[in-house]
Amino acid sequence: MDFRHFFDSKKISFIAIFAVLTTFSVVQAADTPTVNSAAIDSHGAHGEGEFQPTDVIMEHISDAHDWHLWGHSSIPLPVILYTDKGFEFFLSSQFHHGEHDYRGKHYTYRLVDKKKIQVVNAAGQIDEEASKKIWDFSITKNVASMFLSVFLLLLIFTSVAKAYKKREGKAPKGLQSFLEPIILFVRDDIARPNIGHKYARFMPLLLTIFFFIWINNLMGLIPIFPGAANVTGNIAVTFVLAFIVLIVVNVNGNKYYWKHILLPDVPWWLYPIMIPVELVGVISRPFALMIRLFANITAGHIIILSLISLIFVFKSLAIAPVSLAFVLFMNVLELLVAALQAFIFTLLTALFIGMAVEEHH
Amino acid sequence: MSFDIGNPSIGLVFWTFVAFLLLLFLLRKFAWKPIMEAIGEREKSIEDALTSAEKAKAEMARLTNENEQLLKAARAERDIILKEAKELKDQIVADAKTLAQAEGAKLIEQARKEIDDQKKRALAEVKNQVSSLSLDIARKVLQKEFEDENKQEALVADLLKDVKLN
Repeated sequence: MDFRHFFDSKKISFIAIFAVLTTFSVVQAADTPTVNSAAIDSHGAHGEGEFQPTDVIMEHISDAHDWHLWGHSSIPLPVILYTDKGFEFFLSSQFHHGEHDYRGKHYTYRLVDKKKIQVVNAAGQIDEEASKKIWDFSITKNVASMFLSVFLLLLIFTSVAKAYKKREGKAPKGLQSFLEPIILFVRDDIARPNIGHKYARFMPLLLTIFFFIWINNLMGLIPIFPGAANVTGNIAVTFVLAFIVLIVVNVNGNKYYWKHILLPDVPWWLYPIMIPVELVGVISRPFALMIRLFANITAGHIIILSLISLIFVFKSLAIAPVSLAFVLFMNVLELLVAALQAFIFTLLTALFIGMAVEEHH
Repeated sequence: MSFDIGNPSIGLVFWTFVAFLLLLFLLRKFAWKPIMEAIGEREKSIEDALTSAEKAKAEMARLTNENEQLLKAARAERDIILKEAKELKDQIVADAKTLAQAEGAKLIEQARKEIDDQKKRALAEVKNQVSSLSLDIARKVLQKEFEDENKQEALVADLLKDVKLN
């Protein structure tokens, strides 16, 4: 009897998860065409009613100056520009989704293609010279989403840390018991085997990388407001992460690591080939990290959006169940990929650090 | 609509740097350090508890063993003591017997000596009595004899008869 009860509750929770995922998919499905029609309405460049899946998908995986909610409503985000005459601060709502130019303190600005801010001269023409001189430090959708993730991470882990202080020496409970195995996994299966006994110094970096990537991947999978940004699928973000890894690895590289690169164990006349190869290796390892994370997450978003777009390409509701079934499958797969990519990035970081701090060959 | 691949926006790069480094700094200070320390401490305490349990078990076994040894030793000692006591008892009894025998013999000897002494003394007394009695008798006899002058003269004459002058 107990077992049946257990089975029932399991079934119920499974159905609940199924329902939530399906709802998200439906919301996403409903979400897509509205934005698309809005985009087409405002631009009118692609022909009336003509569905352009590429544009829709590219818009979704690209950064934006406002955070789209539904229909025509979106949250305006602050625009911060550094021009040769000084800083400019204003809200992105001043552009009215790119329909209006904004006259700032120093220049008049126009939002081109919904993401690029250009300077407009008195004649209403884009001033390429002046545009090159402005630096866009705006809080875009990706930045805002990333800040939200950072805030969530701080909230989650400071409360977990508090739980550790409050329940000192006791078994973990609640959120703490959910996260502890993951923290221990990072320590015992990623850091220790790859770095060795010096692992403790790199734990904060590895844990931060792991949870930062993971939570941003997950936030990206949420199709509505607090998520929907493609943070880890943006090359700028993965570039920064990979760059930090590059710096950490090379700063911590010991004499064996540098000897392996600058004086490899080959006959001297091979040095002209070996040293450049090794130096390329130094760069290519984090470069691969950058591309791998970017490509995996972007690909996941593109696949899901493509499947949704099928409904509008075929202009038939009959295709919707098939599309949704695939989207559901992809969403579940992306949940796995979200954790997997965070794991792979962290694992390879640990591996590279391990190679740099290894004592003997 | 251009795509970000070849052209990562400087703003996003900048903010990602800021956000990530800030996150790293704050989490390192307020989360990872206390969490890793707490986990480490708990692991250490569990390990210590296990080690001490193991130690206690060994100690227990050792104590049990020791107890058994002690018991065995005590038993052996008891046996030895009992045996010794028995021997001692036998010895004492034997000693007492010999002593008693010796004492008895001595007493008998003493008694015999005493008896001998008494006998000798008694005999001496008897002798004395006999001698005084005989003297008394002799005196009385002599008194009787000397009462009759004629008899004395006869006696002296008789004695003188026997004496030959040379």
